[in-house]
Amino acid sequence: MSCCGSGADLAVFAPDAHASGAEVLLASRIVADGVRQTDLSVPTIHCGACIRTIEKALGGLAGVESARVNLSTRRATVRWRAGGAPPPFIEILRKVGFDAHLFDVEADRTDDTLSKLIRAVAVAGFAASNIMLLSVSIWSGAEAETRDLFHWLSAIIALPALAYSGRIFFLSAWQALRHRRTNMDVPISVGVLLAFGMSLYETVQHGPHAYFDAAISLLFFLLIGRTLDHTMRERARLAVSGLERLAARGALVVQADGTQVYLPVSEIQAGATIILAAGERVPVDATVIRGASELDVSLISGESVPTPARVGSVLRAGTLNLTGPLHIVAIATADNSFLGEMMRLMQAAEQGRAVYRRIADRAAGLYAPVIHLTAFLTFAGWLIVTGDIHRAVTIAVAVLIITCPCALGLAVPMVQVVAARRLFESGIMVKDGGALERLAEVDTVIFDKTGTLTPGVPRLAGSAGMDQEARAIAAAMASHSRHPYSRALVETAANQPPSRIVFDEVSERPGFGLEARRGAVIYRLGRPDWALAEGQAPRDASVVLSMNGDRLAGFRFEDRLRTDAATAVAELKRVGLPVQVVSGDRETAVRPIAGQLDIPYLAAVLPGGKSAHIAALETSGRRVLMIGDGLNDAPALAAAHASMAPGSAADVGRSAADLVFLRDSLSAVPQAIAIARRARRLVRQNLALAVAYNVVALPIAILGQVTPLLAAVAMSASSIVVVGNALRLNGRQMATKRPGADTRLPVTTSMEPVQ
Amino acid sequence: MMDYFYLIPVALGLGLTALVAFMWSLKNGQYDDLDGAAERILHEQTDTPLRSGKR
Repeated sequence: MSCCGSGADLAVFAPDAHASGAEVLLASRIVADGVRQTDLSVPTIHCGACIRTIEKALGGLAGVESARVNLSTRRATVRWRAGGAPPPFIEILRKVGFDAHLFDVEADRTDDTLSKLIRAVAVAGFAASNIMLLSVSIWSGAEAETRDLFHWLSAIIALPALAYSGRIFFLSAWQALRHRRTNMDVPISVGVLLAFGMSLYETVQHGPHAYFDAAISLLFFLLIGRTLDHTMRERARLAVSGLERLAARGALVVQADGTQVYLPVSEIQAGATIILAAGERVPVDATVIRGASELDVSLISGESVPTPARVGSVLRAGTLNLTGPLHIVAIATADNSFLGEMMRLMQAAEQGRAVYRRIADRAAGLYAPVIHLTAFLTFAGWLIVTGDIHRAVTIAVAVLIITCPCALGLAVPMVQVVAARRLFESGIMVKDGGALERLAEVDTVIFDKTGTLTPGVPRLAGSAGMDQEARAIAAAMASHSRHPYSRALVETAANQPPSRIVFDEVSERPGFGLEARRGAVIYRLGRPDWALAEGQAPRDASVVLSMNGDRLAGFRFEDRLRTDAATAVAELKRVGLPVQVVSGDRETAVRPIAGQLDIPYLAAVLPGGKSAHIAALETSGRRVLMIGDGLNDAPALAAAHASMAPGSAADVGRSAADLVFLRDSLSAVPQAIAIARRARRLVRQNLALAVAYNVVALPIAILGQVTPLLAAVAMSASSIVVVGNALRLNGRQMATKRPGADTRLPVTTSMEPVQ
Repeated sequence: MMDYFYLIPVALGLGLTALVAFMWSLKNGQYDDLDGAAERILHEQTDTPLRSGKR
């Protein structure tokens, strides 16, 4: 088992974890008298030593009653005494080396379904094994007296098991029938119930053939498939829900009497005055009334360059305040803000999309009428030929049992479980099985630019040959700021020995840069026209480091392609999928990227325009895969036939997307498509196998030659064949590319601010 | 025939015991963190399952 470093390849561009005590309080809940519980997501927990470190650190805080780490879900649950301020959980974890963020309990619906399924499997397994034991002695030729006794015992075991474990299928079948549809559960329920009913009749009549074993082991097999399916999806869902929440949870609102209260976003009214610290996200659409800052809007509009904010600027909900504190006045409630608008666009897009019917349900739609009709014809035929109602019913029920889609019910979920597992291991989370089927059908791929094709995070360009000392000074100053350029400077200095420069004072001038004082020397890091003394014309740099007005060094920044973007796009083209870029960013930023990748592009597209573009493609018969991360991509993600989002995407984008990939590399996209296509091929093979099995078994059943032994053997054999075929997806090694093959591509776009 | 009178109840009883034990361990939260349990055995002094209080 790879212990340490299993999380090391996850993409890291999350902003620093930031949660005030008020936010912790808001996200906690009362679990007992005077005790509150806070759930923290700690993605970097990976071994036993981490558990110990974290539990010790959290448990040592004043006011903490207990702390418990869950290694499987990478979460920590802390219970603390309510009353005082919440203990500084996130800060203490940062101190011991773990990045943590608050986890919303509301988002984590209690998962009763899984434990219900597991209990049903356990009961069905118990009943199936015991009935099978009794059946073996019957098949071996027990005397009539013993046989009757064993039939009765089997019936007594089967009845509660059927009622308990079969419920899951019966309820689902009933739901489908009530809405005048059929799904896979309808033939299953009919088969199981009829088999049980007829066996009970046989038992009462002291007949020789009872199918209790067939009915219960059928339930057992199908429940196993269903439970695996559910577990896989649940794991993916948990992994996605454990990602850091990017939207604001609440904000500090100034009340009429001057006091400040931390209110949840949903309670902020238009007209409220909000204090927005640097590093916080704008909770609702608002205008600035005091202060100046720069805002990171990349997640909202796709623009990669921070935009300045001054008094009077209108801020959209969800943008990130970078450099200076702001006082803002809400101009809309959360529902009417940009986020609410995106939600409405998403709903509209979803309604416009054709309802997708799962392949298993489509198969059942064809299959159920055929076998039910066959069973009825068999009954009618035998009744006419022999005139013996009992015999006709027995044979018709045997037909239903032998054709009961055990293999068919496993054919699809088993493949999808194996496929989802493979994707999970590559850091790709599939949120439901239907997504895999839709992904296999796509014939056009559309990328968003910022945050998807490019990380949307600036990097230092052309730093070679730069004065080491100047760079160290710049990095030391930059460590005091949240501005993306500062982050980039700190990042490049991270692998160098830490500088010993100590400043007397560092201050940030929003819109200009950083100023540091050290004795009589004043350093400035920021816009050239501000940092340099009069008359020194700014040259090729967007950020300059100066000492008392003299230039020490200049820095340029660029947005790079994401890891493996070029190979991923080339791979998609190779398998015959046209690729496009649709971005909300300026054309000058989009063109070089699209040019390098040699793909058509659309720039400066509004959010509604993106989903309209996709809807137009869909109506022209294309099946579109949308890959995007921003809030402005969410409607497009909802409109597309299938959708993917990186783990760094906005919350709404992550929940709208069918698949979420957690690693940095874009090779996730061709890989997911390849696995989805192979899964589709295996599903089709499995369905063909199930049909072939029926073609062989059906005539035997119609002729009335089926015994309980034959039914049990045939059903188990077909299930094993189907499961074995699904496992082939694991076996053959796919041609996997090493990630990072083309990290250092020459293509860049400059990130000069728009003036 | 007389053998059945104790053999079958014993067989069923054993099966039922296992079923009840499984149900109990499931309800007790012993499957909530399988990876963690594997690591904890190396680090922890006690081995009583802590009620994690989840749900």
